[in-house]
Amino acid sequence: MSARGVLAVLLAWCVLGSAWAFDSEVAFQDPAQQARYERLNRELRCLQCQNQTIADSTAPLAADLRREVREMIKAGHTDAEIRQFMLERYGDFVLYRPRMSAANFLLWAAPALLLVIGALAAVRFIRRRTTEVDVDDAGPGAGTA
Amino acid sequence: MWRYALPLVLFVLLAAALRIGLYRDPSVVPSPLLGRPAPEFSLPSLHDANYPIATGDLRGRPWLLNVWATWCVGCRQEHEVLLQIAAQNVVPVIGLNWKDDNAAARRWLAELGNPYSAVAEDRDGRVAIDWGVYGAPETFLISPDGTVLYKHVAPMTLEVWRNEFLPRIDPARRTAEAGS
Repeated sequence: MSARGVLAVLLAWCVLGSAWAFDSEVAFQDPAQQARYERLNRELRCLQCQNQTIADSTAPLAADLRREVREMIKAGHTDAEIRQFMLERYGDFVLYRPRMSAANFLLWAAPALLLVIGALAAVRFIRRRTTEVDVDDAGPGAGTA
Repeated sequence: MWRYALPLVLFVLLAAALRIGLYRDPSVVPSPLLGRPAPEFSLPSLHDANYPIATGDLRGRPWLLNVWATWCVGCRQEHEVLLQIAAQNVVPVIGLNWKDDNAAARRWLAELGNPYSAVAEDRDGRVAIDWGVYGAPETFLISPDGTVLYKHVAPMTLEVWRNEFLPRIDPARRTAEAGS
């Protein structure tokens, strides 16, 4: 194989490697249920390998949690019930999309808060400049230029 | 004056917050079980599948639940400490053998010594999920009325035992005695 060929294979490996890591096991015949299953798996964090969802992870714990999700869907539980099941056991950290709570409220409010602080600072700054210009205009040197 | 003091104060606050963050271990996840009733289980004993180990039988005294497995490196590391803790006879140490091989687990205990009053076998890992286990070894302290008092994630050390576990065990025992 030429050097180009080897390179192409390696590049393909880089791209496909991550695609293979994704949990592609078909758990349900019903596409709607399979979609729910995959979506829930992508929402839940694998706590054994903390920056992966349970869909991405090959850790044994992730496999166990996928099994729980699968069986809860089969038993007719709602998405909210499945999330609650995980929350009761692993806490907020299990959710990849965090909830708002008293403990992390500041984090959620921070962008709005910073925007308000910035706006106030800007208003102050502009007002002060405007007054300074007014003073200059009315001052003794006004109009000489 | 304040236009010089304010940035300084903000800087000190930020530096303090970052310093705290520097010494926190992000891999330790706080357990939502603390202060809540310990999840019930009844599992076969590692040594005799016909003999069930149930949380209900452990009521009335404080006890430890140690989650371990032969595939877990940290478990081997803490094993000596568990033997020492068990030898102190303060609380029974119950083992939860997590997703392990029965024969391998028995061999481990035969070779390294058995610190456990009883070992429950959680072959499919369901009980571990109920307990929010995410990485062995984990050690829980359960009060006489079945409340989770403390959880330690990482190999046990005598320091953790002295500083975190022992101070919580005596008050728990006293409350249980006063109540009965």
